[in-house]
Amino acid sequence: MAYVAVKGGERAIENAHAWLDEARRGDPALPELSVRQIEEQLSLAVDRVMAEGACHDRSLAALAIKQARGDLIEAAFLLRAYRTTLPRFGASVPLDTAAMRVRRRVSATYKDLPGGQVLGPTFDYTHRLLDFALAAEGAEPPAPAPEAEADGAAAPRVTGLLAQEGLMAAEPASDEEPGDLTREPLEIPADRPLRLQALARGDEGFLLGLGYSTQRGYGNAHPFVGELRMGEVAVQVAPPELGFAVEIGDVVVTECQMVNQFGGSRHEPPQFTRGYGLVFGQGERKAMAMALVDRALRAEELGEETGAPAQDAEFVLYHSDNVEATGFVEHLKLPHYVDFQSELEKLRAIRAGTAAAQRREAAE
Amino acid sequence: MSAAATLAGYNFAYLDEDTKRMIRRALLKAVAIPGHQVPFGSREMPLPYGWGTGGIQVTASVIGPADTLKVIDQGADDTTNAVSIRRFFARVAGVATTERTAEATVIQTRHRIPETPLREGQILVYQVPMPEPLFRLEPRVAETRRLHALGDYGLMHVKLYEDIARQGEVTISYNYPVMVNGRYLMAPSPIPAFDNPKMDRMPALQLFGAGREKRIYAVPPYTEVRSLDFEDHPFEPPRPAAACALCGSRDSYLDEVVTDDRGGRRFLCSDTDYCAERRAAK
Repeated sequence: MAYVAVKGGERAIENAHAWLDEARRGDPALPELSVRQIEEQLSLAVDRVMAEGACHDRSLAALAIKQARGDLIEAAFLLRAYRTTLPRFGASVPLDTAAMRVRRRVSATYKDLPGGQVLGPTFDYTHRLLDFALAAEGAEPPAPAPEAEADGAAAPRVTGLLAQEGLMAAEPASDEEPGDLTREPLEIPADRPLRLQALARGDEGFLLGLGYSTQRGYGNAHPFVGELRMGEVAVQVAPPELGFAVEIGDVVVTECQMVNQFGGSRHEPPQFTRGYGLVFGQGERKAMAMALVDRALRAEELGEETGAPAQDAEFVLYHSDNVEATGFVEHLKLPHYVDFQSELEKLRAIRAGTAAAQRREAAE
Repeated sequence: MSAAATLAGYNFAYLDEDTKRMIRRALLKAVAIPGHQVPFGSREMPLPYGWGTGGIQVTASVIGPADTLKVIDQGADDTTNAVSIRRFFARVAGVATTERTAEATVIQTRHRIPETPLREGQILVYQVPMPEPLFRLEPRVAETRRLHALGDYGLMHVKLYEDIARQGEVTISYNYPVMVNGRYLMAPSPIPAFDNPKMDRMPALQLFGAGREKRIYAVPPYTEVRSLDFEDHPFEPPRPAAACALCGSRDSYLDEVVTDDRGGRRFLCSDTDYCAERRAAK
């Protein structure tokens, strides 16, 4: 009998999980992928999972990627579900990205600048030709790349250089502790710290599409990459009982400062304004898209014309989280037959009513 | 089973006590303002959004070691998601579980209200995908909050009126909007409109959890819950004119099961416990 098909859910789930484990392992004749290998050789996937999973832990992110069979949104979800069980001890001192140990730093607005331009490990100038040599296994590891001696010179932020001249709108400093999206639900209107928090853990693809739309006329952006930098930044905490900050470790982050035109208003002279992007790990695409969207979301406060999707804070912030989005989209595959049944009955009733009315009309 | 049988490394019922307290505060506020959506700091759960994370967080916050839990999805205890959630709580809270409506102290549900009338002392926890009853008419949360504050539900009345003008009847068949305690318009979660009358003055406490949308709301026992309608177009939920093929019930909500590709159909109770009890009593 057909009804039996929906019975036996418990055994079905167990069998599905067993099959999943088998599928994850793939051909057992091949060596198993280690978490360390993922961490080292799929490092950009690890970075993305840390950013969208909102948790800086390379080995846990690598484990999540292994467990998720390489599905990065699933991996970010695994990491988030773990993260939420951790106690929150407090907040760190704001990261000083000006003091970053730079691995990569480029500016599109200045040919040369203090601290210099550092290309670093980038795909930017590679020719995208499949390298069949990589398909061969057991190749010698590449020779160490030449490294410039660190000259010890600081690399001040480009936006700071512009600010010295008064050309860059100042960001109001605040000692107020920013809200925490992981503890309090988002409320609209959301202030900028909350918006940046949401964007930092938002889906790379969603932000990329939105950022792109601002360049194509949906939001009137005139962006320049003032600076893009990636490298290690020290994390410091200042326990109240200690009274001073202590360093607890390093994180690798990518920061993008996007310089945008601003025509000025009645209260302010024309100047540049900033769109800001910051993500865990090496994630330039995300950091740049985030900076574009951050700037677009400032349109209202800057008195600019609004109306483009990327300028709509409620639209952007409520839809940028891929763990939420994937859950709600994918839940459609759960059974809905009770609701569908009521829709069936409703449709039949309405159609019966329409047919009866037509018959009455024909008879008249 | 005792609480000692819970999963190592996790607190009773998974959530830490601070989180439970935060959720209980939201629940208390929700009970004090029936039908009002209370924002809460929803956590990421080990089950995906859309699978009942709101209901799971509410259940985790109200359940105790002495409780007996029933979980249904589409009215049935043995649908895969109901099985999964029941196993989750058996694992992290070690509570007793049951499929019998009358035995349960806490019932978590998706898309149905049990046919067996609930009594005082029981808690019905609904999984809610979209807590905002107006979202199809006004997607902006900031705006719908204002409309609720003003009690301005003209949008919904116009929607119902337009349905009647165009189709001769209201076309909403599930998640049919209700007025709670004469004040707040509320989404009853996607239960069939057939179930709406059961909410009215129910002796059990009704709690609603929307995890992804981060909202909690409630209907305290014996609260008036009225489905929106017009005097000349009273609320009339649809039900197939059929009897359950297993227990013969003509009063319960039925699932339609396609038996062949030549238009063969049979109808069965969606509430599996209700159906089994009726058959056992025969």
